[in-house]
Amino acid sequence: MKFIDEYRDKAGAERYARALAEITTRPWTIMEVCGGQTHAIVKFGIDQLLPPQITLVHGPGCPVCVTPLELIDKAIHIAGQPGVIFCSFGDMLRVPGSKSDLLSVKAAGGDVRIVYSPMDAVKIARDNPDKSVVFFAVGFETTAPANAMSVFQAAREKLTNFSILVSHVLVPPAMEAILGSSGNCVQGFLAAGHVCTVMGYTEYDPIAAKYRVPIVVTGFEPLDILQGVYLCVKQLEEGRHCVENQYTRAVQREGNLGAQDLIRRVFRVIPRKWRGVGEIPQSGFGLTPEYAGFDAEQRFGITDYTAEESGECISGQILQGHKKPRDCPAFGTRCTPEHPFGATMVSTEGACAAYYRYRRD
Amino acid sequence: MTEFTSSCPIPINDYPHVLMAHGGGGRLTGQLIEKLFMPAFANAALARQHDGALLQIGRSRLAFSTDSYVVRPLFFPGGDIGALAVNGTVNDLAMCGARPLYLSAGFIIEEGLPMETLWRIVQSMTFAAEAAGVQLVTGDTKVVDKGKGDGIFINTAGIGVIETSLTIGPSSIRAGDAVIVSGDLGRHGMAIMSVREGLEFETVIESDCAPLAAPVQALLDAGIDVHCLRDLTRGGLASALNEIASASSLRIEIDEPAVPVREDVRGACEILGFDPLYVANEGRFIAIVPQSEAARTLEILRATAPGGEAAIIGNVQPATEVRHGLVTLKSQIGVARILDLLTGEQLPRIC
Repeated sequence: MKFIDEYRDKAGAERYARALAEITTRPWTIMEVCGGQTHAIVKFGIDQLLPPQITLVHGPGCPVCVTPLELIDKAIHIAGQPGVIFCSFGDMLRVPGSKSDLLSVKAAGGDVRIVYSPMDAVKIARDNPDKSVVFFAVGFETTAPANAMSVFQAAREKLTNFSILVSHVLVPPAMEAILGSSGNCVQGFLAAGHVCTVMGYTEYDPIAAKYRVPIVVTGFEPLDILQGVYLCVKQLEEGRHCVENQYTRAVQREGNLGAQDLIRRVFRVIPRKWRGVGEIPQSGFGLTPEYAGFDAEQRFGITDYTAEESGECISGQILQGHKKPRDCPAFGTRCTPEHPFGATMVSTEGACAAYYRYRRD
Repeated sequence: MTEFTSSCPIPINDYPHVLMAHGGGGRLTGQLIEKLFMPAFANAALARQHDGALLQIGRSRLAFSTDSYVVRPLFFPGGDIGALAVNGTVNDLAMCGARPLYLSAGFIIEEGLPMETLWRIVQSMTFAAEAAGVQLVTGDTKVVDKGKGDGIFINTAGIGVIETSLTIGPSSIRAGDAVIVSGDLGRHGMAIMSVREGLEFETVIESDCAPLAAPVQALLDAGIDVHCLRDLTRGGLASALNEIASASSLRIEIDEPAVPVREDVRGACEILGFDPLYVANEGRFIAIVPQSEAARTLEILRATAPGGEAAIIGNVQPATEVRHGLVTLKSQIGVARILDLLTGEQLPRIC
């Protein structure tokens, strides 16, 4: 298939593996930020083609994984209310909250629907004026424009029965939190290509300069990732630390200005809690005062939920690159995708779930 | 007398309600069968865990199978619930190496279903039965209140006669056997998905819904030493291979680039974040045969199986201490990994 097969070419992958082996002289630890990249690395076995000195650690860029427990609990609370149609992207439905998950709410009679776009939820609101329609607005910068558009459109149509439960997080503050943490081992980053299609990559320049780390904007196919690693290692070996763009077929330096404008209109930057990591300042989006009427938390009066994570789970350390899934004594035994202890086992893009699925033996 | 246990073998705490994933053909379905149904109904025919039960009645060996059909929409590109209900049971019988003969049909109809819809479904069943060479010889009709059914649910059961002396099933496969798929994968699942969710692609993906008794009969007639057959329904190729690997305690190795998937199906899967190896089919099967008969099997399947794209996709490996009862896959870039069972249904990803 065009635009897919050429990036999954075996001979090309082997060429990159050889080139990497030639330039690598020392051990390096590189973090791929995005869960989609983690999934591709483990699914295709990309890490097994790398020279032994290179360690890939898996970053926090899985929106399903980092959505905090109390937000899942809030979603479950709202979805169980009579007269509510709760809309969500598919992979949020299986994520366990403190006691239940959205699939179980559906099984118990709640009207929980999978949508492919937040605009579908707006349509459902339009078609069901007697119901309260709530969309679970989860994700990084990638999904923010469409989620912002749903609110913008609902406001224009004066749809009073539409609201969103916001759990938006941002990549650059998370990278800074990792680099600033004690015991940080990350020496270079593969930045999330899809996030950069929206935001561009100018905001990474100060991070690369301040922490002296190379940052390579990278795509999601095997050859993208191998090339991203190659560019990152080349910088490390040469003692450079700048922002480079591997994913030129999708990402421009300034990003998508129209999308950014829409985001700024509807959302403002606020502190956010990350599941497994904790609160990171200025690391997420909330609705601006102009659109606060679309905030499902306000509408359902559930702003003050708290929830406790399983004390045994090490997902926080995994999300920050300090540990790997196999370092956890519960991995694959007591903690499985059916019974996840925490963030990184709940989504297919979580590092633990990816290891469980493809590397269990 | 067998011991009677009153407690539910699936911990209620884990799943106090049945979830959709319990019917998805993945890990939870397996759990339901293994922990709840198998112990409750325990008997020798059931214990074989094949697509149908194999029964010795007098001098005849019969295969007996049943399946229920709940599909929305009722009519989809390339098929409808009627054709599905006939072909599904015909195919389960064929996978036992049986010649399908007679089917029953049970209709659970929702009040208000247009009579014309019912007529179209019945017509479709008639055509499908004729094409598969079976007769619908008994049936039942129930009507439920409006809102208590999704238009119509159909159950079919079927019997077929086994004329081959081969034992077709996971217990017969041997290390070194070839794994052959009868055609390209994923069409049915993506056809349903695109209609159900209103997704439009450049081409209309049609279901692969088709009877498989003829290609199976062709293999048996040609004297192929068929070790195992399995039709690829919900849960797709990955689930079928995992079931076989687990039942045989051997390891099955698949070469991902060799698995035939049409470009439009691959494209639709890429968009939704689905893996075609887990997507449902309704007219495809795998045949596991000795390596020495692989080429001939391939030739026969290419000539007789629907889809016409039969391919050798892998082989059976000897079990080792750490690697047995599982499926491994060599990815497109040549690295091996596990091809696992899905925990639940495939869900479209966020981004």
